[in-house]
Amino acid sequence: MMTIRKQLTIEAPVERAFRVFTDNMSAWWPKTHHIGKAAMRECLIEPRVNGRWYEVGEDGSTCEWGKVLAWEPPRRLVLAWQLNAEFKYDPDLITEVEVRFSVLGPKRTQVDFEHRDLERFGAAAEPLSKQMDEGWGQIIQSFAQTAAG
Amino acid sequence: MANQVGARFAALADPTRRVVFERLAKKALSVGELAATLPVSRPAVSQHLKVLKDAGLVTDEADGTRRVYRVNPRAIEAMRKYLDRFWDHALAAFKAAVEKEMDS
Repeated sequence: MMTIRKQLTIEAPVERAFRVFTDNMSAWWPKTHHIGKAAMRECLIEPRVNGRWYEVGEDGSTCEWGKVLAWEPPRRLVLAWQLNAEFKYDPDLITEVEVRFSVLGPKRTQVDFEHRDLERFGAAAEPLSKQMDEGWGQIIQSFAQTAAG
Repeated sequence: MANQVGARFAALADPTRRVVFERLAKKALSVGELAATLPVSRPAVSQHLKVLKDAGLVTDEADGTRRVYRVNPRAIEAMRKYLDRFWDHALAAFKAAVEKEMDS
């Protein structure tokens, strides 16, 4: 299984860390990384299991990214990242993003992050010849170069 | 560059071949195992695997008397690397956002 793991310590209470991650994702999500045609205004997570994870463009258009698989505030969140290797929403593809928040102190939180099942991107390697853009497009390019190397 | 690679990935334009590739993305399998679950003959599966292998999309190795096929890990390594960098960047921004809120 192919997995990305990250761990970080945040100088804030666990409730606040969870809230900023989920309820205020737009405050920190890199604006360059979105899939809609319009510039991204915000990205949102509906706070419940099966809630949507999606972006809203400056023009009001929306694009799905995935959905909520586990919603256990303030300790655990699992999201389905349903963007394929071309960064198109694919309802049949699920890679999981799990974030765990642990109390290290009243104002200190440990965050354990995991993005797993990346091998499933293998099934989405097809449309590499399409036009490449900045941002997400970089991945397609490096993906293509590596696959070709 | 992109177009050359696109041509290589044209190996996946065939729907049966795509199914074969998708099966292998989930699990390494032998020709026999693949043929048992697909509505195509074993020689046809072998032919599809040859095309995928020539395109660098799958690799094979001997396992006793049988030959096991799997998706070439290099085909997804770049994706993993990119997401790895992306999440470093995003999580650093997340940390900064939480701590900034603490200061204010």
